[in-house]
Parts: sequence; structure tokens; C-alpha cells
Amino acid sequence: MRNPLAKVVVDMPPSGIRKFFDIVSEMKDAISLGVGEPDFDTPWHIREEGIYSLEKGKTFYTSNAGLKELKQEICSYLKRRFDLDYDYNTETMVTVGGSEAIDIAMRAMLEPGDEVLIPQPCYVSYHPCAVLAGGKPVVIELKGENDFKLTRQELIAAITDKTKILVLAFPNNPTGAIMDYEDLKDIVDVILEHDLIVISDEIYSELTYGRGHVSIASFPGMKERTIVINGFSKSYAMTGWRLGYAAGPAMIIEQMVKIHQFAIMCAPTASQYAGVEALKNGDPDVEMMRDAYDKRRRYVIHSLRSMGLECFEPYGAFYVFPCIKSLGMTSEEFATKLLQEEKVAVVPGTAFGECGEGYLRISYAYSIENLKIALERIEKFVARHKK
Amino acid sequence: MREKILAAIDKNSKIPAADLAIMLGTTEEEVVSTIRQLEEESVICGYPTLINWDKVECERVTALIELKVTPQRGLGFDKIAERIYQFDEVQSVYLMSGGFDLTVILEGRTMREVASFVSEKLAPMEAILSTATHFVLKKYKEHGLPLVQTKHDERMLITP
Repeated sequence: MRNPLAKVVVDMPPSGIRKFFDIVSEMKDAISLGVGEPDFDTPWHIREEGIYSLEKGKTFYTSNAGLKELKQEICSYLKRRFDLDYDYNTETMVTVGGSEAIDIAMRAMLEPGDEVLIPQPCYVSYHPCAVLAGGKPVVIELKGENDFKLTRQELIAAITDKTKILVLAFPNNPTGAIMDYEDLKDIVDVILEHDLIVISDEIYSELTYGRGHVSIASFPGMKERTIVINGFSKSYAMTGWRLGYAAGPAMIIEQMVKIHQFAIMCAPTASQYAGVEALKNGDPDVEMMRDAYDKRRRYVIHSLRSMGLECFEPYGAFYVFPCIKSLGMTSEEFATKLLQEEKVAVVPGTAFGECGEGYLRISYAYSIENLKIALERIEKFVARHKK
Repeated sequence: MREKILAAIDKNSKIPAADLAIMLGTTEEEVVSTIRQLEEESVICGYPTLINWDKVECERVTALIELKVTPQRGLGFDKIAERIYQFDEVQSVYLMSGGFDLTVILEGRTMREVASFVSEKLAPMEAILSTATHFVLKKYKEHGLPLVQTKHDERMLITP
């Protein structure tokens, strides 16, 4: 038989997180601080709206780019929260989670050989999506001493005449880092000068603590060259609904809708109706969850620091990214031993890029009771292995 | 800080002050002194435990009683409400808007006990015009917390 597989796919390494997932699932009674999704259920009024749409028989395709009502709500939300002006009809589209938007944005824009700048550590899908779209991923290794923000110098050093796209993912998974107004201002003129397009994954935009989220698209000249990706998974605890969206220049969105139309048709209809309710009436839920995350965030940072682990203060998402270099172990060693000895699962930083070596991703999307037990075990582990 | 502390302990009064201080970004001393002050001002009136008595081998019935009463000159409903809430059997008393005046929540060991309390203690009070007793069959949620099912974490152990 002929080889049925495509080389580009075969050559793609499986997600680093997958490997660890397999080890963890062998352990029956492990407690995990390893998830990348909220522990809250989707607020009831949002679920109820999804159910009601089914009862009413809203079980058909919507238009490819999404329900008009939802796109209008998205636009008014982006305006209200981040001062972004988009036309619902030509500049926004509804996708199957933020993930689809990442994929089709790359596919709509990349030509063979185009370089995509990917600051790591980051979410696992930008790199493979760029490869599958025929582009060439170029990794920028972010540094702990800069609190894992992208600096102007790092950006300039990575740009070549082939660079086309910069991926910005702040608030960041796995580090919890954010880029505030000043940080972004520092890189905007570099982006403009080199005529780069930005894919800005702002899926954690509602989860910032003590300081608001700033979208790079809100800077003068940036809206024309930015695809803003956002969604419902993190802010409204709606991961399983698979609902996200992209907003950007009409000429790019139009082409993204084309791919979406042929590959996906449309985002799930019940999810879209639930999404309308989320944007209309979900603000208090977001606030309640943000407040709960913030309490846990303080608790986790405090615990990690008091056991002697260096841990920069993350102002976004629901992760902390402590440094474990002082223990003289690699991230994977640490995570594997911690699992074997104390039955706590955390994700090695290397799952998010090589520069995550020496760090761990700890998620605080868990109840305080759960965090407390897990952190006590980590403390025992650290005390035992301290040099 | 007062509101923050109250919101934090509303559903769980057992969080240690030290933990609460970390979570709210303040000091343990401040949490302790604020709570003490809230207790003194009767903002915090107690720390009961939310128990699902249905799961315990112990007879117990709860009844909700609607009362229509004649308010007393100069005292309104407060005097009669006080006469009612002094009874140990009475769990809650609320003044209501709408079709009746007071809601009384009673707890007793048997229906007979509740019935005799209503007929012997409540109904004969001069100010009380009428009573309507409703027995609770099952409690699903109290104080914002569900009493029935316990939820398991269904998330995968590790996700990106």
C-alpha cells in the first residue's frame, strides 16, 4: 500500500502536554493542577438560553459568519470593554472556539516561506497551525527576568524580510503574564515600521487582576493590521460549547469566512444563542469568577513563595509559572517525580516551548480546598528535594 | 474591606483568617479586627452550619406558615414579630409584602408537633387573623448552596 500520510503532519511532534497527560491518566488518585479550563459551570442563565433555543427548534445552520445578533453583541462588547470599533457585518465572524480562528487566520494569510513570530512559552497550537498553513514558525524565547513579556529588542532581533505575522497571546497561557499599555506601546512602532500583521489571541482578556486588559488593536494604525481573537471559553466558563470569534480588517475576515464556510459551515447554533445571552447579561458572572480567581491567585503565589520557589506575579489568566531551577531538576523531572511521590499533576513548562525549561505551569482553576491540599503536597516535595 | 470580607465568608465561614488575609491581599490582624467589629455591630450575627437533615436518622419537619396579622398602633408589626420569634421552634420570621404579612419558618420533630404549635401558640394570639401552614417535603438548596447532589470534577486531568 502507498503511504497514506502527509509528511507535514507526520513530522509534526505531538503536543508536549499529550505526553504528560498519558502519564497522569495512569495515576488513578492523582490530584491535578493541570487543567487549562475554568472549574465553574457555565452560568445557568446562559445554559438555559442554549436549552431554550433547542426547545424552540433553533436547530439549523446559521449564516456562515454567525448569527447577526451575536455579531452585533460581539461588536458592542468589544467597544464597551476595549474601545474597539468593528462592523458586525464585514469585520467579525463567529468560530468554533478561539482555536479555529487561530487556524484559519494563519491559513488565510500565510504564503510558503512566510515567517510567523511566536513568542514562547505559549499555548500549544500557534506553531503547528503556522506549519500546516505553509508558514515558517520563528520562536522568540521570552525571559523570566522580563516577566515573560515581549520586549522591543526581542521583537526587532527576530524580524527578517520574510516576517509577516506576529502572534501575541496576552494574558498568556502558561505564564499568566500580561502586556499593559506601556508594554504594547513599546512594540507598536516596530510592528508598523516592518509592516507586520498581528494575530492577537485575547481569549483571557476578561481575566486580569488589578489592571485592565489593553488590546493592541486599539493603538492608532493597528486595527488595520490586527486580527483580534477572543471567545467565550474562559470568560464565561464555556469551553465545551466551542464558541469563539475573530474581528479584523474586512479583507482578511472575508477570506477567513471562506475557509470557515468550506471546513466548518458555521459554529454550533445552540452555542451561538447561548453566546448572545452571555454577552448581554453575563457581566456579573465574569466579575464573580474574576474575583474568585484573584483570591486563589494570591493564595497560590503566597504558598509557592513561602516554600521558597521564585514566582513572578502574574496579572492574568489563571496560571502561575513558578521557577524550579533552584532544585536542580528539569521541568519534566520535577513534574514526573511530583506525580509519583506526591500524586499532584502540574504541567512542565517545556510543554509550551523549550524556554519553559525550569518552570512549571500551575493552574488555579480549582477550589481553594483543592489548591490547599495540592500545595501542601508540593511543599513537602520541595522541602525534601531542596539542595 | 468590610464588604470583601463579608462576601468571602458568606458561603464559607470556616476560612481561617490567615488564608483570608492572603486571598484579599491584606493582613491577618486587619481581617481579625474587622470581623470582630462586624460581630460587635451585629452585622455578623452567627455562624451556623448548613446541615442536610434528610441524610441523618432523625425526624425533623420544616413548615412555612403564612400569617395575616393586625399591626399594632405605634409598633407596627415589630411587636407581634418579636412575640413569635422568641419561641425556640421558630427558625425565621420575615415581614412580607403582598397577600399576607409574616412568614414564619418552623422546625419541629413531627408534623403533629408543628400542628399543635400553630393551633395552640400562634393561632390564639390576638393580633393573628389567619394562618396557612405549608410543610416542606424536600430541601434542594439553602443559603445559596445546593443540598442534593455533590458535583464531581469532570474535567480531563491535563489540558493545554
